[in-house]
Amino acid sequence: MKIVNLLVVIITGMVLAYGTMDMPDWGDPNSPASRHVSPGYISDAVEKTATPNIVTAVLADYRSYDTLGETAVIFSAGMACILLLRRKRKK
Amino acid sequence: MIQKSDDIIIKTLARILVPFIQIYALYVIMHGHYSPGGGFQGGVILAASIILLMITHGLKDTQKRMSEKTVAILSSSGVLIYAGIGVVCLILAGNYLDYSKLAKLLHVAPAHARSLGILGIEIGVGLAVMAVMFSVFFDISRGEVSQEDEDE
Repeated sequence: MKIVNLLVVIITGMVLAYGTMDMPDWGDPNSPASRHVSPGYISDAVEKTATPNIVTAVLADYRSYDTLGETAVIFSAGMACILLLRRKRKK
Repeated sequence: MIQKSDDIIIKTLARILVPFIQIYALYVIMHGHYSPGGGFQGGVILAASIILLMITHGLKDTQKRMSEKTVAILSSSGVLIYAGIGVVCLILAGNYLDYSKLAKLLHVAPAHARSLGILGIEIGVGLAVMAVMFSVFFDISRGEVSQEDEDE
């Protein structure tokens, strides 16, 4: 049974490795992912948001929905900890 | 339970270090526009300063400065600041979290209003992260306390 598992893992790995051959090169400026909105961010972010750090501008302005979700995740993690771990103080 | 440390060197060093750590945390939050940093990182550093106070000065002394109630209020108000800025943008006839609409309220150029909006949500994120980090640490150490109380 272990040999079957090993074969499945090896074959899956080979299929995944074969799939990466169609991927664009690392850092290719003409790849589809780099042609959609990234050039707009790089050329306009500093002018339109008055924020020299483009990473912050993208994180907190263009993608602020995403950051709001992240904050909500952290908040709910804290609330879960309070609900599970906090006990009433005995008087 | 986290006991108060008996060592005067540890206690004095912690007392000297805590304000500097907190100022550095505020710097990281405020300087997110110009350098690596922002709400998440600054909030964690701010929480680390209070945790340092807690492991050197004990649970009770820290509770006087930062009670469970304060922490719960701070964490929810952090998220509220973030979501509230988005709602203010909605009220000013923009999209949700479209900070350029804040320009009318703040009397600045739209680009500058976006910069200020980013600062506002960074403060909200920093508050929420700080309070949650501390609250998790607090609850874990409090759990041991109530265990001992039950034994008595």
